[in-house]
Amino acid sequence: MSTLAYDGTAMLGRQLRRMRNNPGLLIITQTMPVSMLLFFGYVFGSALALPGAEYRSFLVPGLLVATAAGGVMTGMFQSAQDVHRGVTDRFRTLPVSRAAVPVGQAAADVLVTAAGTVPFLLVGLAVGWRVEGSALEAVGAVALLLLFRFACVWIGMFLGLLTRNEEAAGQLGGATFLLPLLSSAYIPTAGLPDGLRTVAEWNPISAVATALRELFGNAPVPEGAAWPVAHPVAGSLAWCAVLLAVFVPLAVRQYGHGRR
Amino acid sequence: MTTTYAVLSEGLEKRFGAVHALRGLDLAVAEGTVCGVLGPNGAGKTTAVRLLTTLLRPDAGSARIAGRDLVREAAAVRRAIGVTGQDTSIDGDLTGRENLRLFARLHRVDGAAARAAELLERFGLAEAADRPASGWSGGMRRRLDLAAGLIRRPEVLFLDEPTTGLDPASRNLIWDVVRELTDEGTTVLLTTQYLEEADRLADDIAVVDRGRVAHTGSPAQLKSLVGTHAEVVVADPDALTAAAGVLDRLTGAPPSLDRERNAVGAVTRDPALTLPHLVRTLDAAGVPLLDASLRPPTLDDVFLRLTGAAGSPHPSDDKERAA
Repeated sequence: MSTLAYDGTAMLGRQLRRMRNNPGLLIITQTMPVSMLLFFGYVFGSALALPGAEYRSFLVPGLLVATAAGGVMTGMFQSAQDVHRGVTDRFRTLPVSRAAVPVGQAAADVLVTAAGTVPFLLVGLAVGWRVEGSALEAVGAVALLLLFRFACVWIGMFLGLLTRNEEAAGQLGGATFLLPLLSSAYIPTAGLPDGLRTVAEWNPISAVATALRELFGNAPVPEGAAWPVAHPVAGSLAWCAVLLAVFVPLAVRQYGHGRR
Repeated sequence: MTTTYAVLSEGLEKRFGAVHALRGLDLAVAEGTVCGVLGPNGAGKTTAVRLLTTLLRPDAGSARIAGRDLVREAAAVRRAIGVTGQDTSIDGDLTGRENLRLFARLHRVDGAAARAAELLERFGLAEAADRPASGWSGGMRRRLDLAAGLIRRPEVLFLDEPTTGLDPASRNLIWDVVRELTDEGTTVLLTTQYLEEADRLADDIAVVDRGRVAHTGSPAQLKSLVGTHAEVVVADPDALTAAAGVLDRLTGAPPSLDRERNAVGAVTRDPALTLPHLVRTLDAAGVPLLDASLRPPTLDDVFLRLTGAAGSPHPSDDKERAA
């Protein structure tokens, strides 16, 4: 376990240096949510039934979760890039703990996400979003957000190790932008037709977005929602547990085996 | 005296779907020697290296690397080896120095920074050390890759086509490093398509063809398998056919024509063929002779004889992993 911690820390350092030396992906993933907040909040918000300021308060937690779901994309892209460029094989020939590379990558990603949350929330405050619950609940909201991000990165790393192709991962990654559209990240699910509403409410993004809204005190839990949304904090924790239980072993196994 | 083998494989097999990449590879590399693995494109060289460096699992067969079982003691094998792959596999997003420090840390080398600086200096990379490696030339990246494989002196070093596509300066530097390492006792397994490289560096050569070792021996032994290479250069291209006819008769082997140089060559194992005899016969046939020679065969000749394929064709075509 201490070798995993040591190697994982070395790999975490590698990921951070990598992002510093080549900040393209980082800049896009950090500025995207801010511009989406401004576009959605003012352009779409003016056409929605919810009053503008109220919609922006609803939107800030939703965008946080949609951005966290983008961990699927960054995890996939970075892993596929490493495989494609032969870096993963290079690590595989080293006497390094099999889990160290994905653990370090996921940890670095969560750190960067945590740092990126700060400027986003500052813009949120500027457009009218507030913490309306207790400070403890707000801390819980951020912790839940980062846990969800952590789970999403593992999904992404597994898919990236599977596709092995930088270009394909980039294209597939683009498709992950669709995931929050069928959830309560941008809109309340209550207005959706029945079938669509069920699908959207079983989207993990909805549970986490609802949990954040509840913990920040921005919006109440919707009436008559599916279980993960009706019990958003428990639902979110359950989703994260399931995703991690499935994708951590898959990603570690895929990393260790490579192409056999 | 018993020989200790740093690499010993028996019957290694590997399939990728319908492709039978290795069909029972038997390889024995004595400790402290350089073994050159030669073979035409798609012969299985890269697959062999990927198996022996724990990147792939064999479907059948077994191997011991530095005394450790390749499959059951994979972690111990990884501690004993250094690898420089066919594809440059250092991290282009990191600088040269960051790359070497990372590898030093992962190898648990004390004084990672000092070791990185030392290797950057040794490989002529000190000046570029703090720029991201993605902006470096191919030769520099390959040198960094080799440096990364030498962070801790490995017991066995695997070099998969280490000089393919490199400029002469980088190539000579890599050759020097390989010689230094073997002087210090490291065993080197090197795949190459450059016969000159194998000739210069290798103590033993294993010619791999269609997933098997077709022949092994020292460069001299392999050459003696083939015989003597006779070559004549003529003054007039029209005389090439006549010269080829004479060579065919004298050597009993099909001659090969080089129309650019107006030369024709053939390989013979007949010890009775002497230079005066060759010259007199050609002269009697009215061939306008400019030059004639009998010399030991090149590894090119060996290669052609053993595998039926020409050597040194397209260095980059050997990407079996893409198959």
